[in-house]
Amino acid sequence: MDPRIDPLLVIVLLVNFFSLGASRLRTVISAVALQGVVLGVLVVLVHGEIAIRPALLAAGAIVLKGLVIPAMLEKAMRDAAIKREVEPYVGFIPSLLLGALGTGLSLLFARTLPLAPEHAGSMMVPASLATVLTGFLVLTTRRKAINQVVGYLILENGIFIFGLLLVEAMPFLVEVGVLLDLFVGIFVMGIIVNHISRTFSSMDADNLTALKD
Amino acid sequence: MLLALVLVPLILAAAAWAVPSGRVRPWIVPAAGVVNAALFVAVLRFGSGPEAGGWIVLDPLGKLVLGFVTMLYLFCSFYAPGYLSERAERPNRLFCTSMLVFLGAMSLVVLSHHMGLMWVAIETTTLASAPLIYFNHNPRSLEATWKYLLIGSVGIALALFGSFFIAYSALHAGLQSTLLFDDLVREAPLLSRPWLHAAFVLLFVGYGTKMGLAPMHTWKPDAYGEAPGLVGALLAGGLTNCAFLALLRFYMIVNAGGGGAFARRMMVVTGLVSMAVAAVFVVRQKDYKRMLAYSSVEHMGILIIGIGIGGLGVFGSLMHLVNNGLTKGVLFLTAGNIHRAYASKVTDHVSGALRRLPVSAALFMAGFFAITGSPPFGPFLSELTILNSAIGEGRYAVAALFLLFLAVIFVGMGATVFAVCQGNPSEQASATTFRDSFKTCIAPAIFLALALVMGIWVPRPLADLMRAGAAYVEGRP
Repeated sequence: MDPRIDPLLVIVLLVNFFSLGASRLRTVISAVALQGVVLGVLVVLVHGEIAIRPALLAAGAIVLKGLVIPAMLEKAMRDAAIKREVEPYVGFIPSLLLGALGTGLSLLFARTLPLAPEHAGSMMVPASLATVLTGFLVLTTRRKAINQVVGYLILENGIFIFGLLLVEAMPFLVEVGVLLDLFVGIFVMGIIVNHISRTFSSMDADNLTALKD
Repeated sequence: MLLALVLVPLILAAAAWAVPSGRVRPWIVPAAGVVNAALFVAVLRFGSGPEAGGWIVLDPLGKLVLGFVTMLYLFCSFYAPGYLSERAERPNRLFCTSMLVFLGAMSLVVLSHHMGLMWVAIETTTLASAPLIYFNHNPRSLEATWKYLLIGSVGIALALFGSFFIAYSALHAGLQSTLLFDDLVREAPLLSRPWLHAAFVLLFVGYGTKMGLAPMHTWKPDAYGEAPGLVGALLAGGLTNCAFLALLRFYMIVNAGGGGAFARRMMVVTGLVSMAVAAVFVVRQKDYKRMLAYSSVEHMGILIIGIGIGGLGVFGSLMHLVNNGLTKGVLFLTAGNIHRAYASKVTDHVSGALRRLPVSAALFMAGFFAITGSPPFGPFLSELTILNSAIGEGRYAVAALFLLFLAVIFVGMGATVFAVCQGNPSEQASATTFRDSFKTCIAPAIFLALALVMGIWVPRPLADLMRAGAAYVEGRP
């Protein structure tokens, strides 16, 4: 494994903590965009050599996760005239603590899963699990619909990290399909977020509580 | 040939998008239903081997599910033009296009024998059905669509995670990397057990969310409650069965890998929890469309209980897949008619439907008796089969709880259904001029007739197919 991978995974984990603790939505979106770019770089490093297939996947990840989707989220944010507030249900300190707990548990759990010889000692699995858990936390503890989309994006990033272990096994079609689905999914969510802000003149998911038993 | 089942609906979807007239466009939906059914019959008749390097295969289980989905879609599509002409005030371009993409994506889910391709197909069904749920474009349907999309997307994201785990377990075992189901089932005994178990948990939660098993069912009452009845029928009878099939494919891998007991225990417990949740929320449920959603949660629970018990139960489950889908078709389409007539879906404002809409309300009542397991309808037979297998396997506690929940749900649903159908028509009954007509009643009537046939006499080829499917699921030759 390339020695530059682990430091990059540390950046991914730092972004996780940052997005749990930051209060300005715009900076959270930028941080997640950075995470997307790091993932693109990771694709190349994991492959070890420059070839067309990983280069395309890396470019796809950087363009979609690092540029297009963050730009769409920022546009949705501007359209809805949100200033900056993240407005969590759970305070920043408790969610940071939960994030730390999740990361610790991921490290523990990853140790119970046997790794292939070529991946021995890699941080890939715990980093992936921790990122998925962070995405879950953001998704469930934030009030604004757009924040929930950011959470979903982080969750997908975590899964993408795990996918890196499988670059050999995953045919190109599937990789592209996954990226494309993510893009279309976020796109549709973006449209809905827009409808929410137009219908309720705010993006609070709190407005979405008419349906219950 | 098999690929045509996916591509033809997609081509027709493009055609529906291109057609300028909102009056002509809805007729493309039944046309697609007929073409799709004809294609399926042709596939059965002339046979069709694996395509695209083994990525696209029609196995016995796929034949059963795809056959059912094709039939359900065919009759539901007859209902579409009538419904959309009632709703002429709403643009239908996106609706018709999504209906067709949805069909193609469902067929692809059933046909794909490649883990990644199937995942993409399931994600596509979610994206294609979101605009269908949002058809009414009001705040309530917006909320329902948001929850559906968000919870559904998280669910399938977890399923992808689980699929990666399975792929990694193959990599760890040093096997030739493959994502084809047939290879994975064959080589399952060599797969790393911890990865396989972790994968199944993620896949179960992921595709279980898509099926709407409790406690991942929270999107379901909202989505089914706000979506048009037509969409509800397709989701409850079609999409949930596709998700069930996806779950079965992974169950087969885990079962072959020696984790069968673990998976079956999870299924029985989750199935009983689903039935219990449905029983709690169905009682005193005033919204008859949400009531149907909880009934769907219940029946998804019944499906996986059958698999969890094994043996005869697997056969019962596959039979129930058909019976539940047929009956849900009756219930959602007639509930849609009643909703149209009263412009309300709560029992506070809706009563006397038997007088206001004699045909729809009668079908709705009959559908209620069928879905709650009253003879002589199909669900009675399949539920009895599952109950029988539970007792046969000595699972008395499971059998007792199963019966208890069925009884509670019968009483709970009955109260709501009778409140809707009986009595004098409420003031709300004159809210619209909607009347029963041939085009809005023929589809549910056909479904009810088929559910009745299934209860009296299961056609021989169909029974053989179910037996073959059950053997396939359990990995018997």
